[in-house]
Amino acid sequence: MPHLRRLRLVVATALGDLAGWASRRLHRGSGEVIAGRVIQIVAPDALRQRLDGRPIAVISGTNGKSTTTALLAAAARTRGPVATNDKGANMPAGILASVGHAPPRATAVIEVDEGYVPALLAMTSIEVLVLLNLSRDQLDRVAEVRKTAERWRQAIAASPATTVVANADDPAVVFAARAAPLTVWVAAGSSWRVDATSCPNCGARIRFDADDWRCTQCDLARPVAQWSIDRDGRLAVTGDDTVDLVVELAVPGRHNQTNAVMALAAAAALGIPTRAALEAMQSIRAIEGRYDYVWGTGSSARLYLSKNPAGWIEIIELLKRSPRRVLIVINAEIADGKDTSWLWDVPFEALRDKHVIASGRRCQDLAVRLYYAEVDVVTEPDLDRALTLAREGDCDVVANYTAFRDVRRAVARAASGGAGSFGVAP
Amino acid sequence: MTRESAVRIAVVLPELLGTYGDGGNGIILERRLRWRGIDVERIECGDAASLPEAADLYLLGGGEDRPQTLAARELRASGAVNRAHGRGAVVFAVCAGYQIVGQSFPGAEGIEAGLGLLDVVTTVGAGRRAVGELLIEPDAALGLPLISGFENHQGVTALGHDALPLGRVVDGVGNGADQRAEHRGHATEGARAERIIATYAHGPVLARNPDLADWLLALIVGPLAPLEHEVVAATAALRRERLG
Repeated sequence: MPHLRRLRLVVATALGDLAGWASRRLHRGSGEVIAGRVIQIVAPDALRQRLDGRPIAVISGTNGKSTTTALLAAAARTRGPVATNDKGANMPAGILASVGHAPPRATAVIEVDEGYVPALLAMTSIEVLVLLNLSRDQLDRVAEVRKTAERWRQAIAASPATTVVANADDPAVVFAARAAPLTVWVAAGSSWRVDATSCPNCGARIRFDADDWRCTQCDLARPVAQWSIDRDGRLAVTGDDTVDLVVELAVPGRHNQTNAVMALAAAAALGIPTRAALEAMQSIRAIEGRYDYVWGTGSSARLYLSKNPAGWIEIIELLKRSPRRVLIVINAEIADGKDTSWLWDVPFEALRDKHVIASGRRCQDLAVRLYYAEVDVVTEPDLDRALTLAREGDCDVVANYTAFRDVRRAVARAASGGAGSFGVAP
Repeated sequence: MTRESAVRIAVVLPELLGTYGDGGNGIILERRLRWRGIDVERIECGDAASLPEAADLYLLGGGEDRPQTLAARELRASGAVNRAHGRGAVVFAVCAGYQIVGQSFPGAEGIEAGLGLLDVVTTVGAGRRAVGELLIEPDAALGLPLISGFENHQGVTALGHDALPLGRVVDGVGNGADQRAEHRGHATEGARAERIIATYAHGPVLARNPDLADWLLALIVGPLAPLEHEVVAATAALRRERLG
């Protein structure tokens, strides 16, 4: 009975809102996940009901999900209301809470955890699926890279109406995406190839040659990309000579420029003109604190989130070019992965002429890594004290997942009159 | 012991056998020699066909099923690690590398032959994947303190008569299956034989275990002077935290 189902959803949503409100009042977080869980318990079908009938774009991959989602959501707002999980809660409960109150025709632009992509594809009809990259992250708890690629491939093959916007430079992504009848290939780059040395299709060696790659045995090879940018960020789109745009953004780094190209290709697939989409994307300055500047008296800090080797390689490029000192904060909670071995995949040797402060609950693992990298390091386990040390000058702060949350809380604490004048810019 | 040439450390197929930061072991061993004024050369070798024949130490890391299978095939075809070990080189293998240096392991396409450097056989474990902190009490003959690491493997490894365990599991899973009567009730971890040590403590296990690092190096250069470097205090703090 549709009427009863709708009523059930209304009651469920009200109870979820109450739970979310209580969570916020108790300072337990943004309340989205708990709200979504309550709704799911009362109305298990709620997510499908909330998604059915909307234009939906889904973004997944190991790195760049939140930024790409924010960029695409900005583009989609140029033509109407948007529902998006911009708090980064990318599992069913968080997605549900974020689309719960959107107008019925609002475009859903949703970041989805890599492991949840198949279930979402099976649940409802997705107009555009954006696949950024796949690399090692939280190996102690999440399926290995190849297993994820295989699950994506099967789910994509079973959803032939979905347009897949995919990174042509990542063999695992190409392996999954080429199962789709409708693909848009983007040259979105890949600075981390260690997880792609053996073919996801047949297991043989993959040979990389400059920007090209192919399997030495089967037919898996880099597709010709329809969307790309050159070194200066100038956009090229196959079959459209009228595009004359340079992808310049307020968020930093080459990796975010290529995230923007993925978002532009997805926007085009949704019918949004590229120039208007790019202009809207340029208004995005920070994503849930990432790339935000926070200010002390006479000094500033910029916040970066980096969770795994592939993400770190991009951030290290930015740090090398920055004159600022560096504070690195590392935790190993369940959400981070309990295994800190990945720190040895990060080329910290590139920070040798920097002054680095190591903090976080696993700062000792980090400090040992930095000493072996022959980096000038000071260890300060207490985050408030580490931030006080850091603000003796201008500073870049890089933290992994739960550590980034800790950093934002510590900054907010200091801003509210606690440890001093270290706070969020007005 | 004096040497005329630099100590050569070969990091074997790091792109296939490097899933868990395993390259760290090569960095650690290199720095611990260089900081003592001993010449050292670290060779990261991605191509089995051109593996160095005359390195002093060969390091094998971890990898997912397919890269592990590919690595085993390339190393069997090359034969370089077997020849070098036969001539007296030291081998240190972790995780998937541990399985590769044994007799056989579960590969991507059924049972895969290993390099046969250790008398161990790995099979698919019936239980849950072993994931978590691993604490090992090394065999007393090694004279080493507790070894702390992190394991992540499905395979269980049985030791044959020509292999000795690295030690006893204090916390974690380790080899998981050792059917010999004298080991029953005492879960073993890792395996060793002449100039070869292997363990499920994966990735940069030597970061937490500098004594094991120096023990390996001493097999090549003889007794080492204590290291004087800031990393010593940092490592002691890390061990206090991990061994709590």
